[in-house]
Amino acid sequence: MIKAILIFNNHGKPRLIRFYEYFAEDVQQQIIRETFHLVSKRDDNVCNFLEGGSLIGGSDYKLIYRHYATLYFVFCVDSSESELGILDLIQVFVETLDKCFENVCELDLIFHMDKVHFILQEVVMGMVLETNMNEIVGQVELQNRMEKSEGLLCSAARAVSAVKNINLPEMPRNINIGDINIKVPSLSPF
Amino acid sequence: MALKIVKGSIDRMFDKNLQDLVRGIRNHKEDEAKYISTCIDEIKQELKQDNIAVKANAVCKLTYLQMLGYDVSWAAFNIVEVMSSSKFTYKRIGYLAASQCFHESTDVIMLTTNQIRKDLSSPNQYDTGVALTGLSCFVTPDLARDLANDIMTLMSHTKPYIRKKAVLIMYKVFLKYPESLRPAFPRLKEKLEDPDPGVQSAAVNVICELARRNPKNYLSLAPLFFKLMTSSTNNWVLIKIIKLFGALTPLEPRLGKKLIEPLTNLIHSTSAMSLLYECVNTVIAVLISLSSGMPNHSASIQLCVQKLRILIEDSDQNLKYLGLLAMSKILKTHPKSVQSHKDLILQCLDDKDESIRLRALDLLYGMVSKKNLMEIVKKLMLHVDKAEGTTYRDELLTKIIDICSQSNYQYITNFEWYISILVELTRLEGTRHGHLIASQMLDVAIRVKAIRAFAVAQMATLLDNAHLLTGNTQRNGICEVLYAAAWICGEFSEHLEEPMATLEAMLRPKVATLPGHIQAVYVQNAAKLFATVLRGQEGVPADSTVAQETSQLLIDRLPLFVQSSNLEVQERASCILQLVKYIQKLQQKDVEVAEEVTALFAGELNPVAPKAQKKVPVPEGLDLDVWINEPPSGSESEDEGRKSKGKAVFAKEESRHTKPRYTEVDEKELAKRREVRKAEQANNPFYIKASPSSQKVYQDGVGVEHIPVVQIDLSVPLKVPGMPMSDQYVKLEEERRERNKADKKKKKDKKKREKGEKGRRRRGDSGPESEEDITPAHMVDIVTEEMPENALPSDDDDKDPNDPHKALNIDLDKPLADSEKKLPVRSHRPDEVLKSPMEDRQVVEVVPEPKKKTGKEKKEKKDRKKSKEKKKKHKQEEEEDLMGSGSQEPVQAEETKEVAAPPPASTPEASDLDFWLSNAPVPSNPQAAAAPASTPRTASGMAAVAPDSEPEEAKDTEPEETKSSTHKKKKQKKEKKKKKHHHNHSDGAGDESVQNGTVEEEEPLPPMSNYALLAENSYVKMVCDIQGNLQDGSQVVVSVIFENKCDSFIKSMEFNVLDSLNSKLQRPDGAGPHDGLIVPFQLPPGISNEARFIFSVQNIVMPQKLKGTLTFIVKTDDSSTHEKLDFKLHFTCTSYLITTPCYSDAYSKLLESGDLKGCSLKLEGVNQPFHHLLARICFHHHFSVVERIDSCASMYSRSIQGHHMCLLVKTADQTVSIDAKCDEPGLLGNVLDEIKLTFSQC
Repeated sequence: MIKAILIFNNHGKPRLIRFYEYFAEDVQQQIIRETFHLVSKRDDNVCNFLEGGSLIGGSDYKLIYRHYATLYFVFCVDSSESELGILDLIQVFVETLDKCFENVCELDLIFHMDKVHFILQEVVMGMVLETNMNEIVGQVELQNRMEKSEGLLCSAARAVSAVKNINLPEMPRNINIGDINIKVPSLSPF
Repeated sequence: MALKIVKGSIDRMFDKNLQDLVRGIRNHKEDEAKYISTCIDEIKQELKQDNIAVKANAVCKLTYLQMLGYDVSWAAFNIVEVMSSSKFTYKRIGYLAASQCFHESTDVIMLTTNQIRKDLSSPNQYDTGVALTGLSCFVTPDLARDLANDIMTLMSHTKPYIRKKAVLIMYKVFLKYPESLRPAFPRLKEKLEDPDPGVQSAAVNVICELARRNPKNYLSLAPLFFKLMTSSTNNWVLIKIIKLFGALTPLEPRLGKKLIEPLTNLIHSTSAMSLLYECVNTVIAVLISLSSGMPNHSASIQLCVQKLRILIEDSDQNLKYLGLLAMSKILKTHPKSVQSHKDLILQCLDDKDESIRLRALDLLYGMVSKKNLMEIVKKLMLHVDKAEGTTYRDELLTKIIDICSQSNYQYITNFEWYISILVELTRLEGTRHGHLIASQMLDVAIRVKAIRAFAVAQMATLLDNAHLLTGNTQRNGICEVLYAAAWICGEFSEHLEEPMATLEAMLRPKVATLPGHIQAVYVQNAAKLFATVLRGQEGVPADSTVAQETSQLLIDRLPLFVQSSNLEVQERASCILQLVKYIQKLQQKDVEVAEEVTALFAGELNPVAPKAQKKVPVPEGLDLDVWINEPPSGSESEDEGRKSKGKAVFAKEESRHTKPRYTEVDEKELAKRREVRKAEQANNPFYIKASPSSQKVYQDGVGVEHIPVVQIDLSVPLKVPGMPMSDQYVKLEEERRERNKADKKKKKDKKKREKGEKGRRRRGDSGPESEEDITPAHMVDIVTEEMPENALPSDDDDKDPNDPHKALNIDLDKPLADSEKKLPVRSHRPDEVLKSPMEDRQVVEVVPEPKKKTGKEKKEKKDRKKSKEKKKKHKQEEEEDLMGSGSQEPVQAEETKEVAAPPPASTPEASDLDFWLSNAPVPSNPQAAAAPASTPRTASGMAAVAPDSEPEEAKDTEPEETKSSTHKKKKQKKEKKKKKHHHNHSDGAGDESVQNGTVEEEEPLPPMSNYALLAENSYVKMVCDIQGNLQDGSQVVVSVIFENKCDSFIKSMEFNVLDSLNSKLQRPDGAGPHDGLIVPFQLPPGISNEARFIFSVQNIVMPQKLKGTLTFIVKTDDSSTHEKLDFKLHFTCTSYLITTPCYSDAYSKLLESGDLKGCSLKLEGVNQPFHHLLARICFHHHFSVVERIDSCASMYSRSIQGHHMCLLVKTADQTVSIDAKCDEPGLLGNVLDEIKLTFSQC
């Protein structure tokens, strides 16, 4: 079982958190801090396993992490997962991110947390779901394509409905129409 | 004003999206919280809008804020709104947010049930996927219960993408709703052999997770997993399976034996480190489970240790870590094999990686021996000095103590050395483990009598230098040591060389800065010391003033403690102060008091096992819950208060006196005890008999006590001056051992005059020093801890009662009862009936259908009729589909044959497992194991492969595959069926659906077969079944099963029948009318097979008999003989009937038409249930039930020539009356006669 997946940067700022068991928000933050504290003081050339912190899990749980440039990818797993297997899985996940974002960097994770989540969902679902990178990338792309076909539609719809929502006297409406036209193309299709 | 509104609206229209929010937060580093709170206000505004796009955007931003630690549960309802959007884009955002912040106590979750169900059954696989993913994070017991059926259905979805997700989420469902495990398990098990590797891997994952918690329920899956292990190439799957085997082997050692070989092969062949590691781990588990009873597993251990060594030597720290981890598992059972790699492990202690050092430390625990203990501890002490982090240093400290104290100080040969190690450890600044050191000091001093003198000397020095230990008392745990020091000095004060000096040291004003419980011990033990000092001083007559001075010292110093804020200290101090004052008074009168004062502290102290108190059995007749005195009514609360107060004081007291004292023991009692203890020691292996002590050598060599100590009041602790260094002991010990060896050699020369030698055993040769040769340096008397008489053996159950996995401890091998085959569902969807995918072969499937209000009943029966000719099927197919009975699918042919064969053992799983485990080279397949009892086709298939020794896989895949495909087909069929029913219900027109067979009774039918014995001799047995051919109105098909009963091969079988005018055997073109038909197979011994023959029939009104002959050649090794067997083929009128379903309206029209002629029959004394009766008529006579109301049923059948036949069956009090109508009365009469015959036979 995988209990939690945390991604944070070298300063402990969370970039993605995913708990497969419920923790209240403040406990989640505490876990992030604790984990960061444990992981950050380790050199890069030491082993990637850590006995779990006190907050998450217990003796049966391990933290398995990898450090890429500015980011730590930490998986909290119990003893039914293979340590080396999870390390491979992190690698697969990061490579998948790299493929999906084309040269992934921290900024991608910062601004597209939702997308990272969607990719992660194809890899892990409390347990290891898929390890074949092509399969993962394929599914992610199919979903993105679907979203795109919807997305264009709905951004237009959104603009239209927004216009409708402007419940105003005539005069100002004319003034503002220009603005809408300028802005609409810049709207990202989600 | 208007403009403002415009602006607001426009802003909202182009709300910040996630990227803008993130950017904004990054631009407001200083006032982030403020910025976010304005953002949240905006989001709240956005959520109020009707536009779902705006809402989705807001929810997306909330998800981000949630990550930053903001509680967003207030938006839960909006999240549900977004989840239920029809657009995938928004739905996905909604589910993401839900999975991040929903949990069991989120109340809106119950609103989502229907939405999720809708998404699960969405035609878009990604809608389903997103719902499954979300559900995996927030599934609640309610959701699990309501959606279990839907998810179970998804496990057989056509898309592997959905299947794998559905399979994985089942685990969560099981956890939340354990009742679903049994019904869902067969399907889950089936997924182990899914063609898609992802689904397979998911199923393995789930089952492994389940099995890890309750392994014994999954033992029966071992053969299946074994097969997967030997056939799979997916390392992920392999790792999981191998891990699972690791959990299973402790329960079934035979499994371990089977595993060793394939695992060893994998270890040799794999290049994947992860797989290698797991293999090694499981081999270790196997070896542990086999620790006895397997002769040559040393090779396997060697292999494991070797591979682990490679891992540990690897430059990759991860491998090193794991290698050490696995090594520690071997250590428990095979310490010897690990000990040979001590060098490597000691090397790891120097590793820069703390995790690795810690793992290496764990290993050290098992590697010490009498010989190397000092050396190893010396090394550890070096690390203690070097260690930077307090955690690691503390870990080292506890490890040192663990290593030394393990199994009752087994490996310590020199306790002086150990005491000095402990004293050295007191130098650790800021350690949390002061109490650990203290308790070790106490323990050693109490239990090793010989060491007391030395220990007391050391403790006196410690007390003298106490100021060095107490640099900062508040956060320094090490001052706990002083507690032990003071107590030891006081208790064993007779060993003190200068009790006066120690007494003085204990009463220094600085002591008052120590924690209260330590002060208390100081005060109490000062009194003990005082007694000792008095005794020494009074011995000298001239020195009465000295004694008085000592008293004065106490009187001067004690008031400091009397003023202590600590109650305990205060109380003790004031008691003792008064006592001393009194003593001083007596002294002034020249009264000798030493004797009396010493008596205060007289008594032997025995070590008591920590658990001793718990183990005292409650005496008979003692009821602790009964009032001793009835409580006076009304004053209860007061009483309560007093009681709790008393209790607290008592508890405190207890914690201070770690060792109970027995002061009131008289001399006799003491003597008795001593006797008992001596006897005990004689039997105690740890009692080491006296040998000349080297204590003196030490004391002459290092006269520490005489070195004057200059007091330096430093806040930084230095090394405690004047302390003997443990290193010296190491050297001394080496010398001593050398000397011993030399001694021994000398003695040997002197030809065994060793009578006076105690505690030394002689070996034939003085080669390398063995364990036994190392003699302890002390008269060490390790007193075992006392336990109360008749102590109860401990049976501590350390299982956590709150473990959610406990609920999943469910026996899965037990066949599903009918009532279990569906998941209990909520009453608001009563028509959702789910059949279990796993049908019991022998049992007629009975599916309960809820009654409709019309009063009519729906009937359904799993068709178990003889397989009809395939051709017939085509004609009926459309009809069949409409009816949803699907009885003529090819699957059916398989099934009926299974029925025909003698049934396999009732609990095939269990017996198969035994069989699989007990046979070394058997096919790893339960089906194959049960081969003799299996279907004719399978059986012959097995026979073909059994004689040659092909690899296992080849043997077992074939039948297995056939079987699983059968299952699949069956299932699909069933689902089709189910949907249709559902449909029927929903439009309310499902009343008249017509099915074959019986209904809703729980009682299963006995197995039935239409195969009747045709003929039999010593070589061959023939059984046959005759069915009408639907396709051609004038044909019947005879299926004959030939079974070889002898030990010889039977071949060239020829089947011939004498044709009558009415019936003719259909022969191939060109054959003469009297030629036999060649049976298209041969029969090896014990095998049976089936052949079919077609007859054309002209008149079907009358039953008829045909004479026939089977000729064959029996071939033995040396000869072959021609044999023949005559038989009579009996074509009953029933065999011309074909099971044909009929709608009730068509049925009533038929009856109204008046074309049919009636006839009736009464059966007496039929005492079987009505549904059995109907089932028999359906099964043996090819009828189908049109309608059934209570104990009355209408049935229908049709002959191959199109005659309609209708029955009305009624039952009352063991009497069955059958009214029948048919357009051909002759046929009807004969059929009724046959029905009568059927019931007279049973």
